[in-house]
This record gives sequence, C-alpha cells and structure tokens, in this order.
Amino acid sequence: MGAEGFGARVLRKEDKRFITGRGRYTDDIELKDMTHGVFVRSPHAHAKVRSIDTSAAEKMPGVVGVLTGHDLAADKIGGLICGWMIHSRDGSPMKMGAHPALAADTVRYVGDAVAIVVAETRDQARDAAEAVEVDYEELPAVTDPAKATAAGAPQIHPEAEGNLIYDWTIGDEAATEGQFANAAHVTKIDLVNNRLVPNAMEPRAAIGSYDQAEEHFTLYNTTQNPHVARLVLSAFVGMAPEHKLRVVAPDVGGGFGSKIFIYPEETACLWASRKVGGRPVKWVADRTEAFLTDAHGRDHVTHAEVAFDADNRVLGLRVKTIANLGAYMSTFSSSVPTYLYATLLSGQYAIPQIFAEVQAVYTNTSPVDAYRGAGRPEATFVVERLMETAARELGVDPAELRRKNFVRAFPHQTPVIMAYDAGDYDASLDAALKAADYAGFPARRAEAESRGKKRGIGLSCYIEACGIAPSQAVGSLGAGVGLWESAEVRVNPVGTIEVLTGTHSHGQSHETTFAQIINERFGVPTDTVSIVHGDTDKVQFGMGTYGSRSAAVGLSAVFKALDKVEAKAKKLAAHLMEAAEGDIVLEDGSFKVAGTDRALAFHEVALAAYTAHNLPEGMEPGLKETSFYDPTNFTFPAGSYVCEVEIDPDTGVTEIVQFVAADDFGRIINPMIVEGQVHGGLAQGIGQALLEGCVYDHESGQLVTASFMDYCMPRADDLPSFNVMTTETVCPGNPLGVKGCGEAGAIGSPPALINALTDAIGRNDLAMPATPQRVWAALRSSSAAAA
Amino acid sequence: MTKVSMTVNGRAVSGDVEDRTLLVSFLRETLGLTGTHVGCDTTQCGACVVHMDGKPVKACTVLTGQAEGAEITTIEGLAKGDELHPMQAAFREHHGLQCGFCTPGMIMMGVDIVRRHGASLDEKTIRHELEGNICRCTGYHNIVKAIQAVAEGSEVAEAAE
Amino acid sequence: MYATTYHKASSLDDAVAKLGGAEDGKFLSGGQTLLATMKQRLAAPTDLVDLTKIPELKGITLDGDTVTVGAASTHYEVHSSDAVKSAIPALAALAGLIGDPAVRNMGTMGGSVANNDPAADYPAALVGLNATVHTNKRALSADDFFTGMFETALEEDEVIVKISFPAPEKAGYEKFRNPASRYAMCGVMAVKLKDGSVRVAVTGAGSDGVFRVPEMEQALAANWSPDAVASITVSPDDMIGDLHGSPEYRAHLVTVMAKRAVAAAG
Repeated sequence: MGAEGFGARVLRKEDKRFITGRGRYTDDIELKDMTHGVFVRSPHAHAKVRSIDTSAAEKMPGVVGVLTGHDLAADKIGGLICGWMIHSRDGSPMKMGAHPALAADTVRYVGDAVAIVVAETRDQARDAAEAVEVDYEELPAVTDPAKATAAGAPQIHPEAEGNLIYDWTIGDEAATEGQFANAAHVTKIDLVNNRLVPNAMEPRAAIGSYDQAEEHFTLYNTTQNPHVARLVLSAFVGMAPEHKLRVVAPDVGGGFGSKIFIYPEETACLWASRKVGGRPVKWVADRTEAFLTDAHGRDHVTHAEVAFDADNRVLGLRVKTIANLGAYMSTFSSSVPTYLYATLLSGQYAIPQIFAEVQAVYTNTSPVDAYRGAGRPEATFVVERLMETAARELGVDPAELRRKNFVRAFPHQTPVIMAYDAGDYDASLDAALKAADYAGFPARRAEAESRGKKRGIGLSCYIEACGIAPSQAVGSLGAGVGLWESAEVRVNPVGTIEVLTGTHSHGQSHETTFAQIINERFGVPTDTVSIVHGDTDKVQFGMGTYGSRSAAVGLSAVFKALDKVEAKAKKLAAHLMEAAEGDIVLEDGSFKVAGTDRALAFHEVALAAYTAHNLPEGMEPGLKETSFYDPTNFTFPAGSYVCEVEIDPDTGVTEIVQFVAADDFGRIINPMIVEGQVHGGLAQGIGQALLEGCVYDHESGQLVTASFMDYCMPRADDLPSFNVMTTETVCPGNPLGVKGCGEAGAIGSPPALINALTDAIGRNDLAMPATPQRVWAALRSSSAAAA
Repeated sequence: MTKVSMTVNGRAVSGDVEDRTLLVSFLRETLGLTGTHVGCDTTQCGACVVHMDGKPVKACTVLTGQAEGAEITTIEGLAKGDELHPMQAAFREHHGLQCGFCTPGMIMMGVDIVRRHGASLDEKTIRHELEGNICRCTGYHNIVKAIQAVAEGSEVAEAAE
Repeated sequence: MYATTYHKASSLDDAVAKLGGAEDGKFLSGGQTLLATMKQRLAAPTDLVDLTKIPELKGITLDGDTVTVGAASTHYEVHSSDAVKSAIPALAALAGLIGDPAVRNMGTMGGSVANNDPAADYPAALVGLNATVHTNKRALSADDFFTGMFETALEEDEVIVKISFPAPEKAGYEKFRNPASRYAMCGVMAVKLKDGSVRVAVTGAGSDGVFRVPEMEQALAANWSPDAVASITVSPDDMIGDLHGSPEYRAHLVTVMAKRAVAAAG
C-alpha cells in the first residue's frame, strides 16, 4: 500500500531548510545572555600538571570565569566512563583509568583539557585562554600501540599496568590449532588498519544552560544519541538527575560515530553554566580541536593466518590484534575491537574454527572509538586481504576461491557468536562481476600496459552485523545498556501523524524514510506525517543512531506502534460503521468494510477517537500508541565490491577507473537514499585506503595531521562516479525485512582498493593510505629488486 | 570597534564590529544569517562560501572591513521568495545533500561553476572546480550530478531565450 | 585571530605612511595566506594595510611582447585575462591551479609573490618566465627577488606594484599537488624565451624555495623535447621532506614534472 512506501524514490522532506540556509545546528542557536567557553588544552602528550595560575586570565577583558579540574573535583562532578565491560582471558575485568572532564594532575594526550575559560565573546575567551599559565612537568610518552606494552614504556594510567586494558580472546584455540595442523596451505599476513579522524563537517559543539530557579539543566549538543548522553551525564557524571536535565540534538552535521560519545566538553559547559550563575555557555570546536579531541577510528596492528585444505576450502583462521584505544577509554571503545570486530572474522565464508586474540592498549593519543563501521571494516580488511592473498598464492581466481567457501545454508552459526540469518552471497558477487565486466579485465590491463600504465582489479566480499542485538544478548557480552528502540505514534484529531523516535538523524534522512513507512501502512501522504527526534523532553527514551540501526530497530519500533494504532482504529471504525471488526480493511487511507462500499477516511476515524462521542464500550479516547522494540538478532547486510585502478608508475598516482558495489540490504525503503548512503560510505572507505592517515610523531607525541592541510580529506576529484546496485534477501529478523545500509560502503571498500592496487603493482605489502609516494616507493623497490 | 556597511541579500546593513571580525562572523553573529557555516580553520572546506560582488569567496578568510561596500549574497538570499534557485532545486532533486552542513557552500559554489562554464560543463571539470568544497556525507556523486543537471538545464534555458 | 586594526590604503604613499605609523603592521592583499595564518594565531600584526584599492596595483595589460599584471590582480583575473591567455597561456593555466575557485577570487599575484611560500605556484612562473617585479622603489628580476623560503628582497616598506612578463616562445607548467593541502609538492615551469634562452624553474620541492635547474636548461636549449630532461635528476639533499613526500620522491617528481611541462609547452 502507499505510492510513497517501500521502494519509492521520495525526495527528502528535510531538504528545504538545508538548501535555503535555514538548518538549525548547535552553533546557530543564540540564547539570552550567552557566554562562550574556550578550553585550555595540553600541548604535551604526557605531563604532570604542577600548577595552574588563572589569575591573569581572570583579569582579561570580558572574562566571566576560569574553571579548572580542581574546581570540577571540588564540585564532585564525576568522570567519563566506558559503558561496555570486557573481560580478559584470565577472567579479570578491563582496566579502566579515570577520565575527568578537566585533567587536574596529569595530562595524557595533546589536547587533553585542563581548564575552561568563559567570556562574553569567543575571541575574548580565546585571548584569555592563552593567559592561563599551566606549569607542566613533561613525562615520556608512547603513541605506537605496538610499543605501548613493551617493558619500560611510559605508564599512562595507574589502573592499567603496562598499559594493557584487556587481553581478550574469542573462539576455540585448541580446535583452531588442530585445523592448522592439518592444513595443506597456510596464508599469513601482517596488516595495519590505519588510524582515521572522522571529520564530520560540522565540528562538535555544546551549549550548557542552567536554570537556577528550577535547578534544571539544558544541553544543546551535537550528539547522535541525546538520551544516552542524558543517561551518562546523570547516572555517571552526576550532573543532575534525568528529570532535571534536558538534552537537545538539533540539526547535526554528520556524525559517523564521532558524535555518539559523551565528551568532556559537554560536561564542562553544563557545569560551567551553573558556576557562572546560570548564563548559558557555548563551546564550538575549531577544526584543529576536532582533530585533537574527537574520538578517532581504527588503529589496529594485526597478524592473521588462514588455513586451507587441499581442495582450497578454509579450515581455520587465527588472528592476533593490538588495538589502540588512546589515552582514555571513550564511551563504547572497548566493544569496537572485540564484539564488533572479531565476531565478523568469518566473513561470508563457512569457516569451521576461528580463534582471535585482541590486546587493547592505552597510548598518549586521542581516545579511539567507533567510526563508521566500527570494528567491521577492520575485520573485513583482515578477511578480504587474506582471501585475495591466498588466491594469489594458490594460483586460483580470487572470485572463485571466495565462491568455493561461501556460506550457502541459513541460518549459519559461525564459530564467533554470530548466527547469519539470511543472504545470497553468490547473487551479489555475480552482480558485481557482471557490472564490472570482470571477464574483460585482462584485455583492459593489456591496453593500459600499452599506454605505460599499471592496471589492477580487486574484490571484497564483506559482511557486517547491524542493528546491534537483543538487549539480553548484548548485556551478556558486557554492554551497559540495552539496544532496543522506542517509538510513539500520535495521530492528531485531523488525521495528521507525529512519529516520535529514539533514533536520531544527522544526515540519514529519517524524516523521509520514516514517513514513507506510515504511508506504506496507512496510505496517508508523507506530507501529513512529521518525525520528531533529538529532544529528551519530547521523546521518552531511545538509544540513538549508529551501527546502521535506525531502520532495523527504530523503524521496527514504529512499525509495532503502528500495529497498535491500526488495531484500535479498526475497532473504532467497525463500531462507527456497525460492522464486524474482522471485516475492516485499511486501504488507500480509508477504513473499509470488506465487500461493501462503506468506508471512513483515516482522518474521520481519528477525529472520532478524539471527539469520543461514540466509542465502543470500554475504549479510551484518543489515538496514540507506544512501542518498545527489542531485536531478535543482529541483521547481516553483505555485498561484493569490485575496484579497478590504474596507476601512473612515474608518479605513483592511482586513478580509480571503476568502482562497483553490489549490496544486499534486505528490503529497501528509498533507493535514492540508500544509494546516497553507499556513496558516502565508499568515499570514506576509499579515503582510508588511498588518502587518509592520522599520524602522530612518535618522539614528541604531537599530532602531525592536525588540520586539512596535512590530513587528506577525499575531494570530488579524488573519487569516481560509483556504480552501485542492490540484490535482495529479506531479513527475517524484523517486521520490515530491512538490514541497514549506513556503514557498508566504508566496510567493504578498503580491501577492494588495496587488493586492486597490490594486483596492479605486483606486490602485497602496501600500507594504507596508499598515497602516491607509497605506491611509487613500492614500485621502485620492486624494480630495484628485479634489477 | 569600526562601523562597516554593505549590502547583504539586497538589504543595506551595517554593524559595529572589531576589526578582526571575519565576514562569516559578521553574517552569522551580527546579522543572524546562520546558513553560512564554518567547517575548518584553513580556508579549505568551503562551508562558508558566499558571493561577494558576484563572485564566490570564503567568508572565513575575508575581514569584514574588506567587504565594506560590497554586495554579498548568502544562501539565504538565493531563492526568490518561495521559488528555489535552480541549483537549490537540483540538490534536492538529485539527493545532493545528507547532513546539510556543507550544502550552503556547495550550492553557492555550484551556482558560480555553472555561471562560468555554462552548458559545456563536464563531470571532470565539475570535480576539479569543487576542489575547495569538502563534503563528508555524499561521496560527491550526487552533488556532481546536481550541478551537471543545472548546467544542462541552462543550455535548455538559453535555447529557449 | 588576535586583535588588529584594519586600514585601507588609497595610494602607494598612503600605504607606506600607514604602515610606518603602525607598531607592527603588515600589508594585506587578498589575505588568503595572511588571514589564514592570523586565524591560527601564528601571526599577530597590530595593523593591516589593505593594498587592493590602490589604482596602480590594478589591471592586466599586453603591450607588444610584455604582459604586465597589477599586483592586486586576483588569481582568477590572471586565469581569465585575455591578455595573459593569448601571450602566456601557461601562466593563465597556472593561475587556474592555485587554491580553489573561491580562493582565486581573493588571492592576488602580488600577495603570493611577496609571501614566497615555498609551495606556491607563482614563484616558478616568475623565475621561469624571467619576470620583473616592479615595486614603489625599484625593479627587480625574479632571480634577484626570491631569496629563500618565505624570503624576498622586499624591504619593510616596499610594495609590489606590478609584475611584467616577456611573452615566451613556449612555456608549460606542470604541478604535482600535495594531496591534502593542494599546494605544489613539485611544480615545474619550463620556458623557451623569444631570445632562445631556456629556463626551468621548480617550486614546492626545494628546501630553499624556488630554484632553477641549469642542467635541464642546457639540455633543452640544445634539444627542446621531453626526452632531453628525462634522465636529468636533482639531488634529494636539496629537497623538502615531509609526510607527503620524501626528498627522494620530490627529486624524482622534478624530473617527471619537467618532462611533462616541456610536453605541455609543445
């Protein structure tokens, strides 16, 4: 039902305000008597704070207050926490160091905040911040995760001896070793998954506002999950009980994971507002501040091996990873290199045994947490680099080696927790190979060679787990929260509909796709539906948006609430039309008595519910229903990507000549929006593979890539037009049959790129980002070796 | 504090600002035109692009004093009443935006790209011309399509005249 | 940005007087480098003297075989100038590779030349084309003007008024961009002047700013073809090394870009 329902390319309802400059982002909000906060940050990677002298700053023009970590501690404002407990192989809990919003005694990375200066204008606050005198005693620092646990490495937190946060394993070690003992061939690889900076175009921002009379706080914040922010700020930081704290996420300019977490700055702005007599305090990050303090992504060092039998079937996989979590444990950091990573190491393949070990370490770098894909790009990179490498070693076609090992029977239980519910991996591989004219590649390579260029082709068959999982399941794995979602559907007396969701759109287009589902169910036009999100005063509770969960979990909650609305409305319609309830059907926006011409429009039934003049016996007035939906499983989007590159050997410059993405996202609500999500994910994955690398100076601990001058953001002329398509297996785990599409592009694309590049240059050891310099150096050392 | 005056979106405006005030701050804070955004510190991302005397500039790297007496057009001044500028309409039609943060700068730049190149615009040229505008959401695919569509439409419009 | 005082100069004398009256003043042209630096609080002039309204600094002319560019001409004006396009198309093309379209509407040739950023494009153009820098005090050859990274022969109160270029017989510019900043990591201007002399100027690569490559110039004077420079290399010892390009890589790029510049010149 509904011309704007499943599969309709409905233009976005949210666009008009953005294309006319009427969006309302946090920095656009002006409150009465607002002040501006600027943070004093550590210039050192690791240092003792001997003293802080704020007296000169306090006398600067416009300064309203200067607050330090000691003031914070005196007010008993609690530290930030990591909300997912991981246990080491010996059963001990992870070693979490304290994380005060303002460091009082020790700073642990460049950018660690030690004070906030509040002034009438941003420039004045910044002028005064430079006048805060901090006496540091520099300490040795370590930024390389592979060196963090070495003997003699600087100790970063007293709680984590040797900087080891946990030493975690998954799978059956002995059984995996047994598989390797019987192997006909073993392929080994060493990989670095390069550290990335998320760089949402809107920098993080917060406005803290304290109402002295009501003893009530309001936080306007660039957050992907306002309710989680409120929960952490209430229950752990102790800012205020939840009924005294409102969190508003207005328009948010991209997140990609980096705006999930609860950061020091929002804590400090709320508290500072109370300290300066209730005047609102606004902080907006500049870009270098974002580079220094947004949670970074990836940063794994991995050794992996895969064992094959004589028929090229995978027998087992063993993986050892060191994960850099930075100087403090960010909100969900612990889960990323464990349950979001190692549980996906089976890829699309039937692998009898898998054993993975993950050591998470502290370093003197910015905290690391979930960034688009979160663990799954790292897993895919391991699996798909291994498969391509193995195919080359075994002398078989990379597509055929994959195909030989595909999972084909569902449900499929992997040795690493996940139970894949549905998929057709041949279908997406076939679609991608056909679209890329895989068979025609040798001729294209020969043609390129005749022009002096090196061509290569690479595949990646990824799987991801989305929507996170049943709350009980994630709870058993250590999550501090449940990962259900809530929805409320309010039908107004005139028949228009407001849908309140606990998910949050910061580019994902919920205002459109959610309204499309109302149209699908009720046949009412999408322009009579509004989607309400991002305000804890409006929406009762919710877990926000990340992990491609909004449709699979959030919209499923809406769907369940719609069931209840429909049931009540049908009962009322039956009563009004004096028909049997079972004879009422909802078609094209009307309640009809089946087999008759009797009908009531949707809005007529809505009005009757509110006038309540004539309700069935015992029915309450009104038409509003709520649902809390807890998923029964993860969802498992999967797909195949083909990348073809051409390298200029004179300069090492790579041109992506084609990029094909064939994805299975289950049922698709709006193809236009799904394609857009894939394009964006591909750009970030290609960015990781070719352009983006976050670099610290290992000697000084300084962030070398602290602006767009040195951190290479993908530009329009770095990327090709993409050839994207979908195949479909319906997800059996939710009422919509959807799987989620937000992260796939970033997950599947890096190995496709590197597989193509290594194919082109004829050697396998090419690190990401594969910059022109690196490609040129690899080619040069190859030719030197050949000479 | 210095008094500066200019024309913004067809309206004469003035304000007393510190000399260090950047044009983007004057627009956002003094005039309340918050459609122009700041996304970087290094004159690279283009979220702040406005037109000054008909040409796109990065308002984050122009002092308010430098814009004294100039005609400024911001994203808020592009539509004629309820009628969207073709570039605005094309961004919507082709899904050239997701979070919307880079969008005002992209649209202002897109208008200028089509103005300079007209119907002869090809994909490669569009991608090169967008060198100073960074988007993190769309992978640029649909932004390029939107600009291309307006360029092709401009051909139709010229032929009709 | 630290507090500063902004002045508009109405004439060259006014500019010099206003700078003289400032405690620690700087001339401001388009500001695309200076303001960016001030925003990051890496420069803190007490006063800025805006030169762009001074009439002598405006305009681009072609007089016989000489193209003269007013110092306040924007990169876009140079890029789109009929005079430049007809007499020195390589210079027009080079101007179209600086920054991005919005930056090109503010940034000026005079400002870029006075700053002498080692990764800027214009220094290669001026040296390669044997341009002359005309100031309010004197005329300087490009060879004498650029004296090292961020260093020029300009005196404190000296203002670049215009830059004149002889129209060459052939000229080509090839730029290899820093992938992140988009500045030149290696840009080579290869020029055959009408007197038969050849100049090859390199920007972005050298640790002392723009430099010429005499071996390439000699080889090209004898045989103007990409092959003539294909085996001529510069020493990595004199190259910049950073995250994006090692000295060895930059040295290699000098040869590659030189070949391509000659090919582009035709």
